[in-house]
Amino acid sequence: MSTDERRLATKVRKVREFLIERTIFVSGITSIVIVALIFIFLLKEGLSIFLTESVFDFLGGQFWYPISDPAVFGILPLIAGSVLVTVGAAILSVPIGIASALYIAEIAPPRTKEVLKAGIELLAAIPSVIIGFIGMVTLGPLIKDLFDIPTGLTALTGSLTLAFMAMPTIVSIAEDAITAVPRQYREAAIAMGATKWQTTWKIVAVAARPGMVAAVMLGMGRVIGETMAVMMVTGNAALIPHSFLQPVRTLTATIAAEMGETVQGGDHYAALFAIGIVLFIITFLINAVTDLYLHRSVRK
Amino acid sequence: MVAPTTTCISAKDLTLHFGTTCALRSLSLDIRKNEIFTIIGPANSGKSSFLQALNRLNDLQVGYREEGTIELDGVNIRSIDIEQLRARVGIVFALPFPLPMSIYDNITYGPRMHGLRNRARLDDIVERSLSESFLWDEVKDRLHAPAMNLSGGQQQRLCIARILAVEPEVILFDEPTSGLDPISTARVEETMRILRSRYTIVLVTNNVAQAARVGDRTAFFLMGELIELDGTSVIFTTPSDRRTDDYVTGKFG
Repeated sequence: MSTDERRLATKVRKVREFLIERTIFVSGITSIVIVALIFIFLLKEGLSIFLTESVFDFLGGQFWYPISDPAVFGILPLIAGSVLVTVGAAILSVPIGIASALYIAEIAPPRTKEVLKAGIELLAAIPSVIIGFIGMVTLGPLIKDLFDIPTGLTALTGSLTLAFMAMPTIVSIAEDAITAVPRQYREAAIAMGATKWQTTWKIVAVAARPGMVAAVMLGMGRVIGETMAVMMVTGNAALIPHSFLQPVRTLTATIAAEMGETVQGGDHYAALFAIGIVLFIITFLINAVTDLYLHRSVRK
Repeated sequence: MVAPTTTCISAKDLTLHFGTTCALRSLSLDIRKNEIFTIIGPANSGKSSFLQALNRLNDLQVGYREEGTIELDGVNIRSIDIEQLRARVGIVFALPFPLPMSIYDNITYGPRMHGLRNRARLDDIVERSLSESFLWDEVKDRLHAPAMNLSGGQQQRLCIARILAVEPEVILFDEPTSGLDPISTARVEETMRILRSRYTIVLVTNNVAQAARVGDRTAFFLMGELIELDGTSVIFTTPSDRRTDDYVTGKFG
């Protein structure tokens, strides 16, 4: 290879390195740019509602009458609906999800484990509208009869349906975290005479805790953002609920149900976008808190 | 040196299978109280399998079968409650693996699992175990720091202390220094020599010189069979089997 050839080859390699590096950089930054654009768009469309409605009245207002005259845009009932349904779903899905993750990772014999994992993944693949449909035609009537209430489409129905949807996320991510705990931890604990359960609970569950927290948070993220199923089973009454057995309406369902009827640029339209901003902030906070917790426990 | 003669562990006609492979074939040997019993031999000779049969850790493996009997102080280990057995026969693994918690919690984990809750007694156990494994002076000011921050040699001595905390009778060492530097190795060996006065020690090692340095008696395993068992000095100077001689002089293995 002559000196000239060598020089040319070096140049080609440099250019290639540069191009590859840039391409990867652009791909990496795209997601951030898109998130930023979405947020800017939400702000642009939604902020105008605050010209007619104060932030306090919007967030704290008890009445959502978007099409009366004058219109009232108070989203407290919607926030309450979302929170109630989400908390209910968390209470149901977190213990069951973590327990089944522990069972699959630690206790189940290999064959059972394969079957269960496949089943859980399949559960995640069911479209939400189908889960909502099943919730509406089977769960709703059941709850109506069980509690002897006028309608079966309640916050509880929503929580049950959403718990079902959060489960696959929680189970599969928590199971990965538990399986990733080094075998040596288990051996060390067992070699000291700890029982299987003591090992699982005091060592494995502790070592896998950051992963399990992430699993729960991602599951909850899915629950808060879920629209279709929840719209079908919660009854959609924009009232502040006083129990799990009342119909509620969530933030997401409101946007989905009403967006089609609004006038672009109108107050109602802007209010729905403002709800989008609130949702965005809620999920952002969940992510931020999770991140903070995970980093703190890594440093510890 | 007058060897102590009470039998601590007695294996009779022990055969171990993992699936279709036979790890150990009709082995019979006695381990005496308060001796350092070393086992040497090349890879796949059944040393570790034998060791892990002594506290039934092999039972965790899928496809494990065992024939013959192992007695601890004259009692078949199969008739001892498994958690109790593992507390009485502790093991130190090749790679130190502190549990993901503080130094203090690493030591108290075992006693707490066996039901001890009294804070003062736990404090005593921590100091005693760490002193016995010669780690106390190095860590006494940071007992609540994460155990992961210790150096490799310190971690291994922490693992020894962790075993001492459950007050075993026998301590099994499974190549305890294979991941350590020479100075840490010397410390761990020194620890073993001192622990010998109160515990029975079974040491499996790939390091032939280590067996010569610390062992009272040495067994040579080859391909799942016990070839020779004698005083360590005999094994290393005048072994009766040629294969033993070849191994300890470095002709194979």
